Amino acid sequence: MAKQIEVSDLDAYYGSHKAIEGISMTIEPRSVTAFIGPSGCGKSTFLRTLNRMHEVIPGARVEGKVRLEDQDLYGPSVDPVSVRRTIGMVFQRPNPFPTMSIFDNVAAGLKLNGRFSKSQLEGVVEESLKGANLWNEVKTRLNKPGAGLSGGQQQRLCIARAIAVRPQVLLMDEPCSALDPISTLAIEDLISELKQEFTIVIVTHNMQQAARVSEKTAFFNLAAQGQPGKLIEMDETSKIFTNPTQKATEDYITGRFG
Amino acid sequence: MTVVTGIQPISAGRRVKDRAVQALVYLAFAIAVVPLVSVLWLVIRNGLKRFDIEFLTHSMRNIGARDAGGGAYHAIIGTLEQVLLASLIAVPIGLLTAIYLVEYGNGGRLSRIVSFFVDVMTGVPSVVSGLFILAFWILALGMPFSGFAGALALSILMMPTVVRSAEEMLRLVPNELREASYALGVPKWRSIVKVVLPTAFTGIVTGVMLAVARVAGETAPLLLVVFSTDSINNDPFNGPQMGLPLYVFDQASRPNDTAIDRAWAGALTLILIIMLLNLVARLISWWRSPAKRG
Ligand SMILES: Nc1ncnc2c1ncn2[C@@H]1O[C@H](COP(=O)(O)OP(=O)(O)OP(=O)(O)O)[C@@H](O)[C@H]1O
Ligand SMILES: [Mg+2]
Repeated sequence: MAKQIEVSDLDAYYGSHKAIEGISMTIEPRSVTAFIGPSGCGKSTFLRTLNRMHEVIPGARVEGKVRLEDQDLYGPSVDPVSVRRTIGMVFQRPNPFPTMSIFDNVAAGLKLNGRFSKSQLEGVVEESLKGANLWNEVKTRLNKPGAGLSGGQQQRLCIARAIAVRPQVLLMDEPCSALDPISTLAIEDLISELKQEFTIVIVTHNMQQAARVSEKTAFFNLAAQGQPGKLIEMDETSKIFTNPTQKATEDYITGRFG
Repeated sequence: MTVVTGIQPISAGRRVKDRAVQALVYLAFAIAVVPLVSVLWLVIRNGLKRFDIEFLTHSMRNIGARDAGGGAYHAIIGTLEQVLLASLIAVPIGLLTAIYLVEYGNGGRLSRIVSFFVDVMTGVPSVVSGLFILAFWILALGMPFSGFAGALALSILMMPTVVRSAEEMLRLVPNELREASYALGVPKWRSIVKVVLPTAFTGIVTGVMLAVARVAGETAPLLLVVFSTDSINNDPFNGPQMGLPLYVFDQASRPNDTAIDRAWAGALTLILIIMLLNLVARLISWWRSPAKRG
């Protein structure tokens, strides 16, 4: 199910402002790839170009190629809606649907996309909540509102919601930035489990987290404020953290700037 | 000059200012409430005299100019039908306009034009909307005077209120929810129907109720295009119909006390109907809100 992503020479704009420039990389299936870099260097922007969420912002556009195995995601006949169904996303801030119960939140992706029987939905919801390590905490109150959970639980609810539609790739934008260490650990464990099935990309400001969960790490940086962000280097995580080729990478991970 | 450092008690000057502003706020509140309470008091006191079963179940048919008795049943039916029809026209159009402005317009040319005309419509006096329907629907197209013609005029008055309030509520829905829905592979229109609208539902209902309350008391358009009658007319599409505002106007201009009492009772009925509708709307939004399940 998991597929490889290949990006070549990608630029992304907000109106006339070029936010990222000339990014090329390969993201391996069934593994975790981490994006690190200083604030504003375009990690979120790049992540959102991978499932065509970037163009949702008025005036935003993308140039370049993104291929999922042999399919060009930006091809003229490609439906962005089906791209997003294949490549799921978890946002920095938990955003459960406030009008829906826990059950409906997890089932939302299926319910909003087609007809499923109640028992089918129940199966998927249980499986997804278990997958997101949340089942035991919420199994007795599935029809309570999703917004009534704690921040960490909400974030895991959002992960459950994202994996319920069985995407092939899961993009996570700083999924732990609003969480306590225990929830963070729970989500990191979850990421290690999920990578058996999914291709996972995670943006993080936490160096230890990148080192703990990822196989590969990509370091982004921007030359100066107002300049577009660029990919500085990408390699095995162990290599990036012990022996990076670029000076800027070393400075960043040792905390000399950023 | 000495610089004051450390934690100090609130200075006397600030305490006085605080008290003074507090008093002003209470005073302003009292002044605002006085007319409201006095109107309510007056309507209730004068309206209760004739607010009885007969009033609610009888029309004015065969009631002479000086007779006691009679009621507003025909006017209640008329108002309910006219307001319902006006809502059926104005709410869908208004809501769709608001959805266009917020979700699709992106501040483009067309959305700016639409927005401008909504503002213009907000300022249309009710007589003008009545005259427009009179000229267009009745004189030019040759349609009969009817409750429906009144509903058309009322819907013109309702629409801008519905658009503006729904627009405001839709803008309050956080973008993150739209993005969360898109990221699940849900098409835009379904995201709007299943995520954005339910989230804004309570606010939209409140806005619609305000619009209903506004038009339910309009007299001028009814005078021009519905005409008044003393008998019951259940068919809003054919023939003159009564409406409560019109009934109040009609009775109040008669020169004897029994008629004046009926006018007060009519006004009371109108207020009660609007209160009842508000209550129903609150019940609906409470019933739909997630808090109920929590
Ligand atoms: N909606 C937007 N409209 C216009 N410019 C934007 C928008 N979002 C981001 N940008 C700009 O694009 C650049 C990259 O932003 P991005 O959010 O991708 O950075 P980031 O690496 O994710 O930062 P952080 O680590 O703080 O999340 C920034 O200069 C930012 O100002
Ligand atoms: Mg970001």
